[in-house]
Amino acid sequence: MFKPLETPPSDEQLSFTFDGKPVAATRGMSVAGALFQSSTDAIRNTPVSGSARGPFCMMGACYDCLVQIDGVTVQACQIPVTDGLVVSRVPNTHKGAE
Amino acid sequence: MKSSSNSATADTIVIGGGLHGCSTALHLALRGMKVIVVEKDRVGRHASSANAGGVRRLGRALPEVPLSAASAQMWQNIEALVDDDCGFVASYQVKLADTDEQMDQLRARAQQVRDIGFEHEHIIDQQTLRDLVPAVSPACIGAMAVKGDGFANPFQTIKAFHQKCKQLGVTFHEGSGVDRIERAGTEWSVQTADGTFVAPNIVNCAGAWGGKIAAMLGDDLHVEARAPMLIITEKMPHFIDCVAGAQGIPFSFKQFPNGTVLIGGGHVGTAHPDINKTDLNFEGLATYAKTAQRYFPIMKNAKIVRCWAGIEGFMPDGIPVIGAGQADNVFHSFGYSAHGYQMGPVCGKILSELVIDKASTLPIAPFAPTRFAA
Amino acid sequence: MMQSQFDIVVVGAGPAGMSAAVEAAKHGATVCLLDEQQRAGGQIYRNVAQTTPAQAKILGKDYLAGGRLVQELGQSAVDHRAGVTVWNVGEDGAVTYSRNEQAGQVRGQHVIIANGATERPVPIPGWTLPGVITAGAAQIMMKSDGLVAQNAVLVGSGPLLYLVATQLLAAGAPPKALVETQTRRNLMSALPHFFGAVKDWKQLVKGMRFLVTLKRAKVPRYTAASEIAVEGTDHAQAVTFRAGGKDHRIETDMVLLHQGVVPNTQISRSLKLDHRFDDIQRCFHPVTDALGQSSHPLFSIAGDGAGIGGAKVAAISGRLAALNALASIGKIDAGLRDTQAAGLIRSRQSELSIRPFLDVLYTPPEEVFAPADDTIICRCEEVRAGDIRKFAAMGCDGPNRTKVFGRCGMGPCQGRNCGLTVTEILAAEHKRTQNEVGAFRIRAPLKPVTLSELSALSDTIHQDKTQ
Ligand SMILES: Cc1cc2nc3c(=O)[nH]c(=O)nc-3n(C[C@H](O)[C@H](O)[C@H](O)COP(=O)(O)OP(=O)(O)OC[C@H]3O[C@@H](n4cnc5c(N)ncnc54)[C@H](O)[C@@H]3O)c2cc1C
Ligand SMILES: Cc1cc2nc3c(=O)[nH]c(=O)nc-3n(C[C@H](O)[C@H](O)[C@H](O)COP(=O)(O)OP(=O)(O)OC[C@H]3O[C@@H](n4cnc5c(N)ncnc54)[C@H](O)[C@@H]3O)c2cc1C
Ligand code: FES
Repeated sequence: MFKPLETPPSDEQLSFTFDGKPVAATRGMSVAGALFQSSTDAIRNTPVSGSARGPFCMMGACYDCLVQIDGVTVQACQIPVTDGLVVSRVPNTHKGAE
Repeated sequence: MKSSSNSATADTIVIGGGLHGCSTALHLALRGMKVIVVEKDRVGRHASSANAGGVRRLGRALPEVPLSAASAQMWQNIEALVDDDCGFVASYQVKLADTDEQMDQLRARAQQVRDIGFEHEHIIDQQTLRDLVPAVSPACIGAMAVKGDGFANPFQTIKAFHQKCKQLGVTFHEGSGVDRIERAGTEWSVQTADGTFVAPNIVNCAGAWGGKIAAMLGDDLHVEARAPMLIITEKMPHFIDCVAGAQGIPFSFKQFPNGTVLIGGGHVGTAHPDINKTDLNFEGLATYAKTAQRYFPIMKNAKIVRCWAGIEGFMPDGIPVIGAGQADNVFHSFGYSAHGYQMGPVCGKILSELVIDKASTLPIAPFAPTRFAA
Repeated sequence: MMQSQFDIVVVGAGPAGMSAAVEAAKHGATVCLLDEQQRAGGQIYRNVAQTTPAQAKILGKDYLAGGRLVQELGQSAVDHRAGVTVWNVGEDGAVTYSRNEQAGQVRGQHVIIANGATERPVPIPGWTLPGVITAGAAQIMMKSDGLVAQNAVLVGSGPLLYLVATQLLAAGAPPKALVETQTRRNLMSALPHFFGAVKDWKQLVKGMRFLVTLKRAKVPRYTAASEIAVEGTDHAQAVTFRAGGKDHRIETDMVLLHQGVVPNTQISRSLKLDHRFDDIQRCFHPVTDALGQSSHPLFSIAGDGAGIGGAKVAAISGRLAALNALASIGKIDAGLRDTQAAGLIRSRQSELSIRPFLDVLYTPPEEVFAPADDTIICRCEEVRAGDIRKFAAMGCDGPNRTKVFGRCGMGPCQGRNCGLTVTEILAAEHKRTQNEVGAFRIRAPLKPVTLSELSALSDTIHQDKTQ
């Protein structure tokens, strides 16, 4: 899906969790970028049909990359990874999700 | 612009295609009248689709209580009227209190309503409240509650009333603002941007613009255009069934079946009715946000997706004008002062009775247009 | 406490916003520049100040040209606030934003909107599947995340499609294929504009060079493709389409869509500025004069947000908007404004000479404006093209009424993804022009904010008033 550039922009390795699972990143990456790197691109389910979605525009315009940090819904493509960040899926509000 | 050669006659011309105009047209058509609705913009463009969808008897001004109770019964069976459930969800409306003084005020109020013969308002204690609304702040010590009140979907409602009217043969002229009204023998001739319409009866359902239409008909009725504001959030996991308000504070709070939470209750922006424009007032919106967190701590992190305001007509005494004007066969129904959505079904019926029977089966004297005469 | 009153507030730190801010500061105005990215640069020069030599090689010379602008900005007296998302612009010049979930507000005597462009939505079957992203998104990941898309199939048309393809190639990840919608007819109708374009032969040559590079690398190209769809249930698996009279199917888990860029009109719409539909670029843009003055005296618009012109045009129009703003608040007189503007307007004209050629050559196919009935157009509320047509038949005659009929455009993206498509479908159904049909009304907040941020705002406003 995605691979790092041969010489990555930074050597500084960071780590955060998405839904409890550790994800590796390098400094400068957005949460969405790091998730892509770990082949996690279906990061939420739509409230209407429950279908899988992932980041689409990477520039803050589509709102398909929503995740939660500290209980707040945010755009994963707009949040730079910081070490130890705890990221979770947005609650699935699709009817019949339970 | 469309040709202004349009001209048509009917039994009644309804001015204004909001919920009240549509409901009036619907009830007139049900009784066999030929009705034309003229609307300056689009059907439901204003208060009737901008509103919060609250279907509430709770806390109504006393003169409105009998009408509101009758309308509540119509809401229970709204599908029979318009072939659509309008998204109506009956649960509870609650008015929260967090001080003993507020509880006393609520008790006194419920007594007033019982005194005029209505039993729907009940006082509930903290435990009952918490069972009903688990998400409520522990600081709330009780509430007034009305079972069977709830909310509906304003978009769905206006669409259903509009479609049902069309099915019954009501004609709508949109983009058809009334500029002038003249008497032509026993008929009224209504001149709009889209043509001239003639009928013996006129019903003025022009909302915040009702005063202007009244003036064209020789009635001096002052209605003020204000812009109540609302906030809607992202979709949240389901956490509340009831619609909540608060004693003494402009606040109204509900979660729709799709998960979005609507916050409103009285803060206003600026209305520019002449150019169909509203400006938001951020201090008012910020106060809503504070109040919502105060009563529902779960809201702290909720994301606001949109804020808006709608243009609504307010009367000086906070209740609408319903009744005959001075000229023959002229009736007014406007100025619902931010609580006319719930009353839509019944007021249309009342107006149909006024037009056809010249009297209503419900007590409408307190709403008489003449009440403002000096 | 941070300063909150400025002569000029600029929203957006791309080439347009950076040039505007620097130019205004040069003339002694106090300037605040706001952008939601962590660093100045905008879309084209995203992250340029942090670029490693390896990235520089992949992204090319044009990209690096932005470095100078960023440097000038750094040396100027401009108060640049990065990582701030503007979510309301008031008619009084008050600009409200959030930064790390904290609300803030600045006020300008004049506001320059330089919020750039977004990629045109490309509603095709399957475009909502994970594994489908925009070509711009793939580029952003190279610039900011240091990641490159592998085995990608690029779908659509436009210079950026080729640019991204060659950048992927340079990064050692040749695309699996290019599926292009552009037809011979596009080329034939573009030719009359060719002589206008030769003034800018450098750009034309560059365009040709992309194609040569792709050919040398043996990247398969399919042109005049139609009936394009992405297959998959929970993830993209393949792209299917018709081209050259045959059905094709290319397996891939990475699809990059692109059909050009369109002005981001969220702010200008929320202010109810006058807008007009451009029949050639097939999008709305706010109406401005040569200096960028909008229909409201307090607001100028610069860069792609006023109409697509590219990075160089954006930088020039930024300076023009600054002159306009400076004159309107009395920092310079009209005479100085006009003499300085004249040269800039001339050089903008020559930069723009290639536009008609590109616009016609890369006109998106009708499929983009008239998606099949079961194609989702509103990604947030999952409203389909057929729903809009059904609403139209029921009397729905404007974008705002599609909200009433079916919640179209009411999700968190506020219609960014579906707005243009809704206008196009309604225009086609009612046989009216896009101008007559109009666009979504945009309301605050322009981007979602938390309740706690909004409530904190009232304290900020109060402090401001009591100062
Ligand atoms: C934000 C907000 C929230 C609200 N929340 C609630 C709630 O929760 N519960 C509740 O019960 N009520 C609520 N209300 C009140 C309720 O929405 C209104 O009382 C009700 O919709 C009024 O309906 P109407 O038909 O009288 O007015 P409108 O819907 O405003 O319709 C009047 C129509 O007349 C037309 N018109 C005006 N002048 C002319 C002319 N010259 N010629 C032709 N046509 C003309 C207008 O264009 C307009 O469409 C709320 C109102 C607002 C604004
Ligand atoms: C994804 C993408 C990639 C592109 N890549 C190239 C390329 O490689 N080469 C090329 O020639 N052209 C490219 N373009 C075209 C490019 O947009 C223009 O040529 C040029 O960048 C326009 O400059 P601008 O200053 O008008 O806008 P932009 O450069 O787009 O700058 C606008 C800025 O405004 C900010 N902004 C927008 N809304 C808000 C808000 N509400 N709050 C705060 N900040 C906000 C954005 O973060 C952005 O930084 C690309 C366009 C897109 C959409
Ligand atoms: S990917 Fe589009 S907003 Fe984040």
